[in-house]
Amino acid sequence: MNRVPLEGKVLNENARVAAELRERFQQNRVFVLNLISSPGAGKTTLLERTLENWPQTTRVAVLAGDLQTENDADRLKRYGFPVKQITTGGTCHLDARMIEKNIVEWSLEQLDFLIIENVGNLVCPSSYDLGEAAKVVLLSVTEGEDKPLKYPSIFFRSELMILTKTDLLPYIPFDAPMAVTNARRIHPDIDILRVSCLTGNGLREWFGWLEARRQSFLADIAPCSHRCVNA
Amino acid sequence: MHEMGIANSILEGVGKEMRRHPGCRPRKVGVRIGELAGVDPEALQFAFEVLVLDTELDSLKLEIEYRAARVRCRACSREYEARNFELQCVSCASLDIQCIGGDELEFAFLEVDEDEPCTAGRKSSQ
Repeated sequence: MNRVPLEGKVLNENARVAAELRERFQQNRVFVLNLISSPGAGKTTLLERTLENWPQTTRVAVLAGDLQTENDADRLKRYGFPVKQITTGGTCHLDARMIEKNIVEWSLEQLDFLIIENVGNLVCPSSYDLGEAAKVVLLSVTEGEDKPLKYPSIFFRSELMILTKTDLLPYIPFDAPMAVTNARRIHPDIDILRVSCLTGNGLREWFGWLEARRQSFLADIAPCSHRCVNA
Repeated sequence: MHEMGIANSILEGVGKEMRRHPGCRPRKVGVRIGELAGVDPEALQFAFEVLVLDTELDSLKLEIEYRAARVRCRACSREYEARNFELQCVSCASLDIQCIGGDELEFAFLEVDEDEPCTAGRKSSQ
């Protein structure tokens, strides 16, 4: 028996496509977010409120992933921004190739933000790089406050945790400070926001985070992209 | 259950490597998986066994080297392994830490049968 050294990432093809996407996003100065949560934690509702209140000064597009149906895209299209549904046909996560295929009709130079709503799943999406600048994980207060401990990988890889449905806190035994403690135990640097899409509480902070994080993204990439050359 | 897709990617990697070893049979493939990679080793092992069953690769085994997260404390510079996501510094109890490893999902080795002619294989020193 010969043992041959074998190198490279197992998901090498995904990593390669994701790296190409990331480079294109950076060249075009598009800040890309990968939104991840359990099914029903409120990703689409957060996006509805986000698009409803989107500032006139920047341009956004959304890719919405689901196993089946165009329902999410239909909900999001009414705000007048480019929205595309990705139906995975059973696959439990989005991968970089799906993103590549579904942005071909868009001109990246005409975008400032691309928000990707991943398939509802706290496990598998954490392994697939989509070329995003940051992952954001949503945890709704109707879930357990120990979710960060049960699904550590995605909380470790996310820059921001949004506690959603916080208007329900007076009625349920969810221990929000414990959820925060658990998230920070897994990821000490994670940013945390509390948002209620019903009352609008926390949305201002969410917009503040989006713009501040985009500015740090722009500061990190090469100062002279082809866009400023063309300008 | 993305482990099925990952198992499939491992088999693709084996197939690609085997083109460099004509006439040989792959016996065992090794992969390194970090705790932060979000992959369940048992589910991956199961998915792998299901995929190779009743194929020409049904004798191919998967060896998983599971690695803990590796962390550096920004406060005292201690580097340590953090099992089960217990990230707090083992020396000074600080939570100001930086991850320096443990999210691997990569190939390690491939064992090929030497009983059959193997013309293009690169032998390792192991």
